[in-house]
Amino acid sequence: MSADATQRAALAPTGIVAFGRRYWLWPAAILAALLLPWLFFDWGTHRHSGFVLTMLSEIALMSVFALSFNMQMGQAGLLSFGHAILFGLGGYVTAHTLNAIKAGSMWLPTELVPLAGGVGGLVFGAAFGYVATKQRATAFAMITMGLGELVAASALMFMGFFGGEGGISTDRVIDTSLFGVPYSSPWQVYCLVVAWTAIAAILMRLQTQTPLGRMANACRDNFERAQFVGYDPRMVRFYQFTLSGFFAGVGGALYVLVYEIVTFDTVAAAKSATALLATYIGGAGSFFGPVIGTIVVVLLQSGVSLLSNAWLLYVGVLFIIMVMFAPGGLMGIVAQHAPIARIGRLGDLLVPYIRILAPGVLMVLGFVLLVELASFTTIGAAQGKDFKIGHVVVDPHAALPWVAAGAALVGGSLWLRLESRFFRARWDALIAEAKARGAIL
Amino acid sequence: MEVFLVSLLNGLVYGMLLFMLASGLTLILSMMGVLNFAHASAYMLGAYFAFTISQHIGFWPALVLAPVLCGAIGAAIEMYGLRRVHKNGHIAELLFTFGLALIIEKVVQMTWGLIPVPYRIPEGLDFSLFTIYGTHFPAYRAFMLLISALMFGAIWLGLTRTRIGLIIQAALTHPEMVGALGHNVPRVFTTVFASGTALAGLAGVIGGNYQVTEPAMAFTMGPIVFVVVVVGGLGSLTGCFIASLLMGMIQTFAVVLDYSPADLLKWFGLTVTSSTPFHEVLTVPLPRIGALLPYILLVVILVFRPRGLMGTRET
Repeated sequence: MSADATQRAALAPTGIVAFGRRYWLWPAAILAALLLPWLFFDWGTHRHSGFVLTMLSEIALMSVFALSFNMQMGQAGLLSFGHAILFGLGGYVTAHTLNAIKAGSMWLPTELVPLAGGVGGLVFGAAFGYVATKQRATAFAMITMGLGELVAASALMFMGFFGGEGGISTDRVIDTSLFGVPYSSPWQVYCLVVAWTAIAAILMRLQTQTPLGRMANACRDNFERAQFVGYDPRMVRFYQFTLSGFFAGVGGALYVLVYEIVTFDTVAAAKSATALLATYIGGAGSFFGPVIGTIVVVLLQSGVSLLSNAWLLYVGVLFIIMVMFAPGGLMGIVAQHAPIARIGRLGDLLVPYIRILAPGVLMVLGFVLLVELASFTTIGAAQGKDFKIGHVVVDPHAALPWVAAGAALVGGSLWLRLESRFFRARWDALIAEAKARGAIL
Repeated sequence: MEVFLVSLLNGLVYGMLLFMLASGLTLILSMMGVLNFAHASAYMLGAYFAFTISQHIGFWPALVLAPVLCGAIGAAIEMYGLRRVHKNGHIAELLFTFGLALIIEKVVQMTWGLIPVPYRIPEGLDFSLFTIYGTHFPAYRAFMLLISALMFGAIWLGLTRTRIGLIIQAALTHPEMVGALGHNVPRVFTTVFASGTALAGLAGVIGGNYQVTEPAMAFTMGPIVFVVVVVGGLGSLTGCFIASLLMGMIQTFAVVLDYSPADLLKWFGLTVTSSTPFHEVLTVPLPRIGALLPYILLVVILVFRPRGLMGTRET
């Protein structure tokens, strides 16, 4: 810590003000999650929009899943291709628990049902983690991929626990609420989901401060050195994996509470890939990165998939761009602005941003148009849909839209190249100034 | 005996097909440390290119053109994608190829549609070569064997008898030293990556009509090829060859042997009924477990023998 930073720490306000200043984002996020559905409330019928509630629930539960994925990926440097097995198995355990409560063979308050999923994830996490954490890096990735495929195939094979292709259906209205809430309406369930998402996120955030969380970082950065200090990196990986299994299981339990069914999709490779894509797009390096990434992915998934067949392509392209140009993800990009904000020159970036915005938008438009044209010649045609922009029907077999799209893409990217030079120069100058004024820590 | 011989031949054909895919992946993984998720996508692209080309020109030009196209795509991926990502480490490279595999699958879906395309065996090869115990052996399978055997010979000769082959072999284990001796290691990487993708494309051309040409074929084939590479071991083409044949045999024999663990227990005088604990697991017949065997093998090998069968170092 430099002398300057010490001085700043000494000047910082203490007590409740400091706490509020530091953690204002948490209550703000919870409040936003609870207020957002009311924007779409239909006052005529006095009902919430089912689509919006489902989408927000999906964002919440997938955030828990992505955050638990990042406990392995970001915290411990363990890239897993089978994280969904913990999510899905937690879901299956929850579904069986709900059915058992309904049948009267056990008792658990509805509010605590996610714990059952968590315990399921914890147990399976310990079992799979024992095998997988014997290795690290690429070998770990491949073991988790093998385990993922194993569980996904078993889910279709063993009817007793997994219910085959039909999955396990359940009923969340079990009349064991501590507060007398029936959980029959989506809004009541949504509140429960938000509460558990907040609890899980806070616990995961606190976990990063624990010695285990710190040692996971150490083993990620330099496992040999961690070994010399006297820690067994394998055990650190194992504990981290198992704990991450608990939170993935909580995510799976929330999934079951929202959809009242759990199928083999929840353990399949595509689900694992979603967590990976969301985490990397949002940024694996920061705690909130996976949440941001999940919001982007789910919005694309539920918003764009109504209009287009190609949402996964857009997510894939976004992912590749992040891997190639911004390894820190969206949060990494935001964090890069911190030194410039510290010297109070963020406004100087406004003009350069506007200047790259125009060619950027043109390029994206050209790309999207090309993709949609291609998709409407095959998939769209097979589904018997017409390609409409507003009310204008576009014929994907005509030459004009293709030429226009291609021109927009090529022209936009060339223009962007030109403008990005100007942006780069301005950016470098500002960073140099920040460095000179000691704003880069 | 009859079942055994036919399955042996089929296992050989499938194993050789796997080897075509796995040989390129092994070279890429051992040399560059990149676990190339897009490798099976090249296999898929090869099949689709061959389908389109054989519709317009014919199957034989497709046999040459499709792998060349795939090789060109591979070279472009290596030069413009992987090199840029390389500085961020192996995990970033892996993620890059993973994203690429996703994109290629979607692009294939948008170009050729969601349903399988009718990519058929060329008419000149659509006859029965010989009959064993009443079962016809199609000429096309013999042709597949021929192509893969030729390719195996070409790789072997190329790696052991040519100058570039020797450099590649050296770069497998000591890339820095090879670079220090004045060889252009990045270009060697590009060559290997492009030829590996071209080989995968060739496997797609001859495998696409043997199996089904559909957008999901890359994601069903990909993990199997990883298993072959891991079982064979890093840096060893011989190990890769043995593992491919082994995998081919396992997958074909698992389909024809209709036994379950319950049958095994019967030998020891134990009968499994619906009241036995884990009866569901015990009565699953082998053909259904067949799909699981490669992954069980993958996990077991990585945990207990990370070097694989004949690998020179750990994965």
